[in-house]
Amino acid sequence: MDRKRCCVKLSVHPSRGLMDEKFTVLVQNVLPGFQLTVYAFYKCEGGYSWEAFAHYTASATGAVNVSEDPSRGGTYSGVEPMGLMWSLRPVPGSKSGLRMRKMNVQTPMEVTISVYQGHLTEGFVDQVPLAAVVVERWYMAPGVRRIPITEGGLTATLFLPSGPGPFPGLLDLWGGGGKLVEYRAALLASHGIAAMALDYLTPQITKETGKMVDYEYFEAAYRVLEQHPQILGSRIAMLGLSFGTSVTLRMAVYSQVIKLRCAVCISGSHVQPIDGSVAQIMTSFNDNADKTRFNEEQHVIWRDLLMPIPTDASLKVDVGRLRCPLLLVVGEDDQNWPSYESAMDMKEMMQRAGNEHLLTVLSYPNAGHLIEPPFTPSARASAFKTISNTPQTVMVLWGGEPVAHSVAQEDSWRKTLVFLRVNLYGGSQPGAAASSHL
Amino acid sequence: EGAPVSLVRARWLQSVVISVTPSRALVDETFRVAVQNLPPGSPVTLHSLHRSEDEDLWEAFGHYVSDSRGTVSVADDFSFGGTYTGKEAMGLLWSMSPVPGSREGLRLRKKNVCIPQLVNISVYGGHVEEGFGERLPLASTLTERWHLGPGVRRIEISERGVRGTLFIPPGPGPFPGMLDMWGGGGGLLEYRSALLASHGYASLALEYFTAGELKSADKEFSYFETAFNIVREHPQVIPDRVGLFGLSLGSLMASYLAAESSVIEPRCCVCVSGGHLYPRGANLQQLFRAYSSHSHKLRVDEHNREIWRSINLPIPEDLSQKLDVGKINCPMLLVNGIDDQNWPTVECAEDMAHMMRAAGKEHLLTRIEYPDAGHLIEPPYSPHSRATKFIKDVILLWGGQTKPHADAQEDSWRNILAFLQKHLYCTQNPKAKM
Repeated sequence: MDRKRCCVKLSVHPSRGLMDEKFTVLVQNVLPGFQLTVYAFYKCEGGYSWEAFAHYTASATGAVNVSEDPSRGGTYSGVEPMGLMWSLRPVPGSKSGLRMRKMNVQTPMEVTISVYQGHLTEGFVDQVPLAAVVVERWYMAPGVRRIPITEGGLTATLFLPSGPGPFPGLLDLWGGGGKLVEYRAALLASHGIAAMALDYLTPQITKETGKMVDYEYFEAAYRVLEQHPQILGSRIAMLGLSFGTSVTLRMAVYSQVIKLRCAVCISGSHVQPIDGSVAQIMTSFNDNADKTRFNEEQHVIWRDLLMPIPTDASLKVDVGRLRCPLLLVVGEDDQNWPSYESAMDMKEMMQRAGNEHLLTVLSYPNAGHLIEPPFTPSARASAFKTISNTPQTVMVLWGGEPVAHSVAQEDSWRKTLVFLRVNLYGGSQPGAAASSHL
Repeated sequence: EGAPVSLVRARWLQSVVISVTPSRALVDETFRVAVQNLPPGSPVTLHSLHRSEDEDLWEAFGHYVSDSRGTVSVADDFSFGGTYTGKEAMGLLWSMSPVPGSREGLRLRKKNVCIPQLVNISVYGGHVEEGFGERLPLASTLTERWHLGPGVRRIEISERGVRGTLFIPPGPGPFPGMLDMWGGGGGLLEYRSALLASHGYASLALEYFTAGELKSADKEFSYFETAFNIVREHPQVIPDRVGLFGLSLGSLMASYLAAESSVIEPRCCVCVSGGHLYPRGANLQQLFRAYSSHSHKLRVDEHNREIWRSINLPIPEDLSQKLDVGKINCPMLLVNGIDDQNWPTVECAEDMAHMMRAAGKEHLLTRIEYPDAGHLIEPPYSPHSRATKFIKDVILLWGGQTKPHADAQEDSWRNILAFLQKHLYCTQNPKAKM
């Protein structure tokens, strides 16, 4: 038995955390100056293997603290407390175009973190590590309830926070890939917001009728939240990414039914034909398909489809009419949508209309299109299946440089939570109001 | 003014946020409970509620006043009343007791370690003393307390006549091992072994008689030696780094094995609330029968709860009534409560020290004794019960006062883990080398 192996102590705290919580990885009981590799391994739901690793040198006290010590190489370098998560990448030899998304949010992501002797860059599977631990990463906090919603023809999942409530509500919309993606809504509920993940491109009703949904669908979803006994009808927000932004802005300004307390729009645009159906927004993009470009690797660049930002008012949501706070999150290296240019145009429109005080723009240099909750890997390009009668899979370029993109995810998520908390939980200062009644 | 109270309440309800960090933790990890968005200077009650596997409800509560920013932080602020007072980060757990109207003599013990203990933490307006079930909290949240860390493997053992459950830490190993023995209540209790494995020890929770059947227990000492060897021979265990861990009767077993066994060599022993009183030459059956029988020295308190500590006092001078602890050759950690009403553990520890000193073995012994702690010194933050049902309807007095007993559990566990780390994991101390 290798005596040295039994000495190394590896711990990760917390061993069970939420996906957006940081952890501390500590290696102890090695010799000072000892060279080691910290390695993370994850087998995703699709069965693909992902790995990340970093090279460290133990301190004079024979320890390595990933949160404080610099990595000298690997899938990330420098001091990166969560590098082992956001720098995960498919193991060599994997299929190309993979994107990591957890579809079952009721089970945790299980990541194995190990420590190897020496500075390794490959062949981890063939070596025995000095120690290994398992870390659970959860989208659902304890007590969060997951409720499938099918009433009113909806395809949705509602996540209620732990506790009696009542809670503010939120409609959560993803983008042009469709499907019912629950993880962001589950995480929002873990932060006290009753969030409904809504499938609006591939819902059951569209599969049955072949027709895309319109205002009534989103208004029905809004009503489910508004009428729910544990949700505060006057405190409902909407959050959309990519095409979800197009819907969110349209509903925020033009819906007679939906009254939003605030809205968050990530990596999207206000550019759309405002008369006509939601389906026609899609068609208008397809009409510009000839503006599609390709990079050297033949990855699809769609950002030009909406450029230049039109001056014609009928071609953009009139954000000057917004009556609620709006948070725009954009990556300046977005290769999929012209989100930065759109944000600048929205700002200008709101300045002219006099409601600019409602606007907050978070703009991140070198961040790409898919700005998601933090500490999961981002892909500069991945396989994308188009929603149409003849779906095809293409490699889409999202953009973004990994380190800058992970910074954008971490920073924007934190600020999004603050924005939502201030607008959904705050408002009339309860302290002042309550004390005047006491 | 003039607005209905329910409107005020609604405004509170909208904003108050309660959080427990981390929301999922091992049972021996601390948490931070915080409440935000309260009006400044408002009295509130923090409340914990747990439904046990036996369907009993346990609760604790503390009275707080929010600060100028409208927050309460249990780890930093003072509780002014309730089931605990003062600055007590974990008071909502260790001061829990069965809710009014519960059955008598309850003890909280986790049976299924594969799922966590769920505790509801809520905040109520005002300083509430009772009737929590009839009120609506301002906010509440659920927290999970686990005995089993992620990746720990649970293996049911039924071989060579030995019954128990082995818990192996995650990773390639090999790991130091442990044989873990509980006391006279019998049965198979996995939770401490699950927790030890979560700290890096391959631990076997041993069943050596069926729950409640101490009188008819018929194991020989070879049973324990075989159990020890099952751990020692496991491919992921370091064979010369296997220790013993016992509480109460289990502690006596550990001491016996350390002193008398010619078959096994424990690397170290942790003996919690144990002793060394054992008629030499008696077999296990005789020992168990002696332990389970009452003598004329048995006392009861004013609530008819049995006090067993005086049955074996004074500690006999006659060596034939005691284990020959002078023969022990491994480090021993003795953890005892000075208010132990079940067994004269401190007196035994004193006598053991005397005997080991005479044999030149005193350097192997470490004793920790806690004032106002009782017999059942368990992993930290679990509730203290001064008396509980033991076998059938007998209620035994264990002793201890809640706060000192909780402190003893927290402090002793830290000491136990450090003792195990020192003797079972080779700690290279670079400073020592320089």
